Amino acid sequence: MKILVPVKRVIDYNVKARVRADGSGVDLSNVKMSMNPFDEIAVEEAIRLKERGAASEVIVVSVGVRQAAETLRTALAMGADRAILVVAADDVHQDIEPLAVAKILKAVVDQEQPRLVIAGKQAIDNDMNATGQMLAALLGWGQATFASKLEVEGEVARVTREVDGGLQTIEVRLPAIVTADLRLNEPRYASLPNIMKAKKKPLEEKTAADLGVDVSPRLEVVGVREPEGRSAGIKVGSVDELVTKLKEAGVI
Amino acid sequence: MAVLLLGEVTNGVLNRDATAKAVKAVAPLGEVTVLCAGASARDAAAEAASIAGVAKVLVAEDARYGHRLAEPTAALLASLAGEYEHIAAPATTDAKNVMPRVAAMLDVMVIPEVSKVIDAATFERPVYAGNAIQTVRSRDARKVLTIRTASFEAAGPGGSAPVAEATPAADPALSQWLGDEVAASDRPELTSARRVVSGGRALGSKEQFALIEALADKLGAAVGASRAAVDSGYAPNDWQVGQTGKVVAPELYVAVGISGAIQHLAGMKDSKVIVAINKDEEAPIFQIADYGLVGDLFQLVPEMTGKV
Ligand SMILES: Cc1cc2nc3c(=O)[nH]c(=O)nc-3n(C[C@H](O)[C@H](O)[C@H](O)COP(=O)(O)OP(=O)(O)OC[C@H]3O[C@@H](n4cnc5c(N)ncnc54)[C@H](O)[C@@H]3O)c2cc1C
Ligand SMILES: Nc1ncnc2c1ncn2[C@@H]1O[C@H](COP(=O)(O)O)[C@@H](O)[C@H]1O
Repeated sequence: MKILVPVKRVIDYNVKARVRADGSGVDLSNVKMSMNPFDEIAVEEAIRLKERGAASEVIVVSVGVRQAAETLRTALAMGADRAILVVAADDVHQDIEPLAVAKILKAVVDQEQPRLVIAGKQAIDNDMNATGQMLAALLGWGQATFASKLEVEGEVARVTREVDGGLQTIEVRLPAIVTADLRLNEPRYASLPNIMKAKKKPLEEKTAADLGVDVSPRLEVVGVREPEGRSAGIKVGSVDELVTKLKEAGVI
Repeated sequence: MAVLLLGEVTNGVLNRDATAKAVKAVAPLGEVTVLCAGASARDAAAEAASIAGVAKVLVAEDARYGHRLAEPTAALLASLAGEYEHIAAPATTDAKNVMPRVAAMLDVMVIPEVSKVIDAATFERPVYAGNAIQTVRSRDARKVLTIRTASFEAAGPGGSAPVAEATPAADPALSQWLGDEVAASDRPELTSARRVVSGGRALGSKEQFALIEALADKLGAAVGASRAAVDSGYAPNDWQVGQTGKVVAPELYVAVGISGAIQHLAGMKDSKVIVAINKDEEAPIFQIADYGLVGDLFQLVPEMTGKV
């Protein structure tokens, strides 16, 4: 069984995003970029399935600018077998929407025929939480989103999902899409020898046009602004003072 | 133009608060029809009909909608899409599971976590963990959106909309429900509570997390947690507040032993009054707190519980 893992290159989660002065977006020039944290978890899960003998090959795919090759190398160093880079943009500030990414991934799935796609639950830049669900719709596959536990058994995947009320466990028929939540696993660090080895693993490059997908956005970004600021209030010296202030404010 | 709104129905019960907030958000877009789907959904439909501003309620009562699986519910919404220009839902985990699937079935983009409706095609939504607010204009003829409930007031009572049957759509039968693990609680629900007390990694254990629960109970508050507290097993996952947890905007938010990482702030910084209790006076949480108290939570929290 092949597993496909889409990985996105995003602003590092430790970096505070700054809005560009012209209001066109968030400044991404000279900013540290990393693999989307949820995608590291997805890659880790796929590698573990392979280590357990439940999968034969782990293929990672990234859609975006050419620099996403670095993100794919990271996934290869973690243990993925090969990578596909779909170049769809030439400016780092151009984000490809989930619908277009899902169409590109569908084309890759049609070629590669994986039985399982493990995506991240959400990209921490656009906070869409949509691509996995959209890909499932385009393929007509079942979906198990926000997974905190995954077991593959024969023709089904059994998935525990993090939902508003607690946890839900479902079984989804393969082929299927799973999206990874934070508690699915703790991703490994790539060791130096594995980073060296990853340089020799296959990385195939395609374009969105090769796959026949139009990536022009459906949502035009009219503007991006800073959120309303919130300034620091006061420090109180004791619990008594705090309780008095809260009573004055009418909140207790 | 008309709006089809997916009501939030769990085990036959309408989440009135989330649904009413979504109604308020989409009301300016046109006449609102609320769809209630479930294995039992009639009571939920009757309740939805009483929300002010709801013009019509559709009920789809069928076993296939019983466990909020994405595929049958998305198929139902897509089959009903017909004349509606907007298809919306409160941004709960169920809707986040379903709505992007609906959008892709209709070949349109989903517009998630709308925090402001500007006009029929233009919406604001937070991105980058709330560090930026994006305004997008949809080029799609039909718009599929989820509503960030913390950004809207709830529509009031007093509605009396007619309830009609919706024909169930074919069930693709791709997944099957096995079980739910839900902790029953008498406390207010996190996303609709007027007060929230949250604990972080500093609590140190599940047993000691009870200090947070005691203060919350005294205040009639819901209990929240940082991801670190959830990951460490001190609190269940559905208490997590933040970018990837729940978004809350109560009148009072008390953050105890929480450092204030951007991912946590993303879920609570729109609260009206924020209190932070932390022993590190440099903790970033103090930069957004209205009232900060520096000290040891193990001393301060029991004292506060005794005094409110
Ligand atoms: C992709 C991604 C998504 C994330 N999503 C979320 C999310 O949704 N929600 C979320 O919360 N986090 C999220 N995080 C994690 C986030 O980055 C932080 O790691 C987390 O919020 C830290 O939790 P904390 O404040 O409890 O712990 P810490 O950062 O360890 O802070 C503990 C605090 O307790 C204080 N303290 C210690 N002892 C005491 C004492 N005795 N009395 C008083 N104070 C004390 C310390 O001074 C410190 O400030 C996410 C991270 C990633 C990468
Ligand atoms: N440009 C992309 N390239 C590869 N994978 C992506 C891309 N965008 C989104 N994904 C995948 O879809 C998940 C959800 O992203 P999103 O729907 O944008 O929040 C991510 O965690 C990735 O697994």
